[in-house]
Amino acid sequence: MYDIIVVGGGHAGCEAALASARCGHKTLLVTGNISNIADMPCNPSIGGSAKGIVVREIDALGGEMGKCADKSLLQIKMLNRAKGPAVRSLRAQADKITYPKNMLKTLKNTENLNIQEAFVKDILTKDSKVSGVLLEDGTEINSRAVILTTGTYLNADIMVGSTRHREGPHGEKPSNYLSDNLAKKGFIIKRLKTGTPPRIQKSSIDFSKAKVEFGDSEELTFSFDNKVFYDVKKQVPCHLIYTTPKTHEIILNNLNKSSMYGGLDDIKGVGPRYCPSIEDKIVRFKDKERHQLFLEPESLFYDDIYLQGFSTSMPLDVQEEMVHSLPGLEKAKILKYAYAIEYDAIDSRQLKFSLETKIIENLYTAGQINGTSGYEEAACQGLIAGINASLKLEGKEPLILKRSEAYIGVLIDDLITKGIRDPYRLLTSRAEYRLLLRSDNADLRLTDYGYKVGLISEERYNRFNNKKMLIEKCMDEFKTIRITPKENEYLTTLNTESLSAGVSLYDLLKRPEIEVTNLTKYLNNEYDKEILEQISLEAKYEGYIKKSMVEVKKMEKAENTRIPENFDYDALHNLASEAKQKLKEVRPDTIGQAQRISGVNPADISILTMYLKG
Amino acid sequence: MDDTIAAISTALGVGAISIIRVSGPQAIEIVNSIFSKDISNVESHTIHYGFIVEKNEKVDEVLVSVMKGPKTFTVEDVIEINAHGGINTTNKILELLLVHGCRLAEPGEFTKRAFINGRIDLTEAEGVMDLINSETDVARKMALNQVNGKVSSMISNLRNDLAEIISNIEVNIDYPEYEDIKVMTVQDIKSQISVIESNINRILNESQNGEILKNGIKTAIVGKPNVGKSSLLNRLIGEDKAIVTSIKGTTRDSVEATFNFDNIVLNLIDTAGIRDTDDLVESIGVSKSLKIIDEADLILFVLNYNEELTEDDYTIFDKLKDKNYITIINKIDLKKRIDDSNLKNIVYVSALEDKNIDDIKDKVKELFNLDKIRTDDLTYLTSARSKAILIKVLEAVKDVKNGLDCYMPIDMIEIDLKNIWNLLGEIIGESYDEELLDQLFSRFCVGK
Repeated sequence: MYDIIVVGGGHAGCEAALASARCGHKTLLVTGNISNIADMPCNPSIGGSAKGIVVREIDALGGEMGKCADKSLLQIKMLNRAKGPAVRSLRAQADKITYPKNMLKTLKNTENLNIQEAFVKDILTKDSKVSGVLLEDGTEINSRAVILTTGTYLNADIMVGSTRHREGPHGEKPSNYLSDNLAKKGFIIKRLKTGTPPRIQKSSIDFSKAKVEFGDSEELTFSFDNKVFYDVKKQVPCHLIYTTPKTHEIILNNLNKSSMYGGLDDIKGVGPRYCPSIEDKIVRFKDKERHQLFLEPESLFYDDIYLQGFSTSMPLDVQEEMVHSLPGLEKAKILKYAYAIEYDAIDSRQLKFSLETKIIENLYTAGQINGTSGYEEAACQGLIAGINASLKLEGKEPLILKRSEAYIGVLIDDLITKGIRDPYRLLTSRAEYRLLLRSDNADLRLTDYGYKVGLISEERYNRFNNKKMLIEKCMDEFKTIRITPKENEYLTTLNTESLSAGVSLYDLLKRPEIEVTNLTKYLNNEYDKEILEQISLEAKYEGYIKKSMVEVKKMEKAENTRIPENFDYDALHNLASEAKQKLKEVRPDTIGQAQRISGVNPADISILTMYLKG
Repeated sequence: MDDTIAAISTALGVGAISIIRVSGPQAIEIVNSIFSKDISNVESHTIHYGFIVEKNEKVDEVLVSVMKGPKTFTVEDVIEINAHGGINTTNKILELLLVHGCRLAEPGEFTKRAFINGRIDLTEAEGVMDLINSETDVARKMALNQVNGKVSSMISNLRNDLAEIISNIEVNIDYPEYEDIKVMTVQDIKSQISVIESNINRILNESQNGEILKNGIKTAIVGKPNVGKSSLLNRLIGEDKAIVTSIKGTTRDSVEATFNFDNIVLNLIDTAGIRDTDDLVESIGVSKSLKIIDEADLILFVLNYNEELTEDDYTIFDKLKDKNYITIINKIDLKKRIDDSNLKNIVYVSALEDKNIDDIKDKVKELFNLDKIRTDDLTYLTSARSKAILIKVLEAVKDVKNGLDCYMPIDMIEIDLKNIWNLLGEIIGESYDEELLDQLFSRFCVGK
């Protein structure tokens, strides 16, 4: 008898299993193939805009992805440096061999955690409550909670040209029964689709025709542990090339052979808007003469190069032609062909904010089964599901992050409130308070929660509290230490206006041309870069931060007004019928959430609010 | 119920006393900020005499009733402002309240608050709810109708252009590796922002014109003695059988008489009565004229065809630069002595011989675009709500400009751009939702 069974060993499953086991619950991770644990079947990178911030959030809550990525880096850089602090985000090329290996090692070294190779056929329930899982070989394993993190394996079909095969990524065995059995239990099943580009043999590429893209020259880490495992000088570069007119011609001439464009007439899956296949891009953006492609290293241990931007579902011979039309790839050898994959997902609106399903108690889902895309999106849901399943078994309230607290909160709220049409990718533009959800302050936002649920050690928590104390102390120095016109000589060297009266360091720092390091010589104590960064951000963007806080405050009351779980919307005869329909579908927890449902207008909210008070 | 709401609670009408009601936690604070006296610490249920002021200028002479919760209709702090009425003034006060932080009350919202705060029972409240409900669609249409088609489509276009910029910035941020996508520059943003600013200013100005049509054009006739002001006036009035009435003016507008032609109302301001215009004007020096010019929407500056321009005339012309004015050169029946080569907006008339008087009326229509406005569609932005939003847009535009001038990074600038986009949406009744994201995906080619 286990406390928690996690079904699936991808990025969601790993975080879920670790969180559960680390919280002291006897945990079983069931996976179809142990050697595929924490696999990266698509791009060899972790992070990216918004996603990099999520990895930092995962780390602050006590998750593993950031630490594991830090140990597996080929290259890392900070994106959007010049575009401002709110949108800076880490992106790394992670080694496809090392990352899974490091993750598996961590899993194996974790107490309370067992791993078993098997396929789950069904969920066992007793009175609408989970009681375990049924394996395809007929074995029953009992547990108090189950977390489904099945990725793209549910009824997966691989599509290349006009062929369709029932199989998972890399030709793995898919899960053939679970999704149908979930449908029988009342889950709404959606069909989604995604794709992956071809992998090219490195030695067959002429890189002289490509532009080199290096990592940053400064040491960077995802984890707030700040442990550096890589050599800044030995980072592996990426390369940039462009499609040619010839590529476009080949694609347009063979469009009817692509699974998507007529090769297959039974495509039901909805593909992601943010990562269209190359044929899709060429058709949709006819006027664009060329498209960017990145040559990304997959691993130090094998020869594959990932051709980012070239995802396709063309037949193999056309893929050959397409690849050979690219500069530097004229003689390239394709090691793995591109494919599209169709898979089942559940309707995320059937979930609670804790990621527990509304239909079956103690059953949680996380990752692609919920309609998201991306390793980071999956991992953060796995972590939250693992934490909340644990809290539930301990009889505690779930951990629900607000939209104003974390990208994780934005993601889960979007899933539950809006549902998804195509695979969901996090974007900074999805967050309304992104100035508050920065990469640099993820620890300040979330470490307390991580500590409270038991995933942050005493040692780390002490270190965190010390950092907070130092920020306060440093801020106090900046606000109380004043400098006078006597310093004008020095200020002139900084190309800033001279002073006519005394001014606090804090106010002086507000000047755009002044860097925080220009002023440290006036401080009584020495502070780390990350402490000074907090002071600098606060001073320089104070007005904008305040504006964002005002917006958060405005929404707070609505976010805190709860709607009872079994609220009878039919009793409100004066609700607009569309609103009634939508509210019944989503069953929002709060007025704030109800406001975000499309089709529910302000008048409906007024009526709802009134009944709740009355 | 954190916010403070305001609404005009009497029917609008010229001459009637109007009441503007404010309710909510900040009611006293907000009214205090536009009232000539400090009411922050006065007793509850007391009435105070004073002025509503905007930037030290008196808007109206009012009585302010202060009623502190819970012994009020809504159980919250309630303020009632008894104003002198007049659409213009009443709207102006409401507008000031909205600019200072009130939200325009939804239909039935005072009653709703009374219910929520336990002041009235559910039966009473049900009625209000039905009202809110039945008005949903109407309200939505009203939001649309308060801006007419032209303004609405202009705002909609501005908003779309802004959406392009925003989604371009978003793509730059969310797909930083895509180097072949145009990067938004400070210059791009600045020029778009300027377009928005000038358009909003124009809408506000035109709304002023719309309002002028509804409420009359404040008109001043100025000029030296003996240029023929009163005979000109008599021509205008006599010919159109105008009704000369005496309306008790507000302290702000000392309207002495009104007359109309072609459905256009001219309110003569502070000419101290038509009966003795000549006497008085003789005593009016340049300084008095300047004061009149300040208050007027339209100035009829009368000059003598038979006289040369004086220093005083030039001083007045200088002051007229930013105003709507008509240079009326009277007495063309006499010999020309005036040098009018540098003058603008000229109408040559002879009041004595009744020559070209209609040209003045045409000129008025031209100046206020009156020919283009259909008299039955005088909506423009007459609602205080829309105006308050537009004023907020202008503030946000200023924020964007300041941010750019201070070299703020694009993610900060974008906060204010989004704010503008949302505000413009509020005016034309469109909301956020996934619109921007859809833009992003349909316009840019990004992907793995």
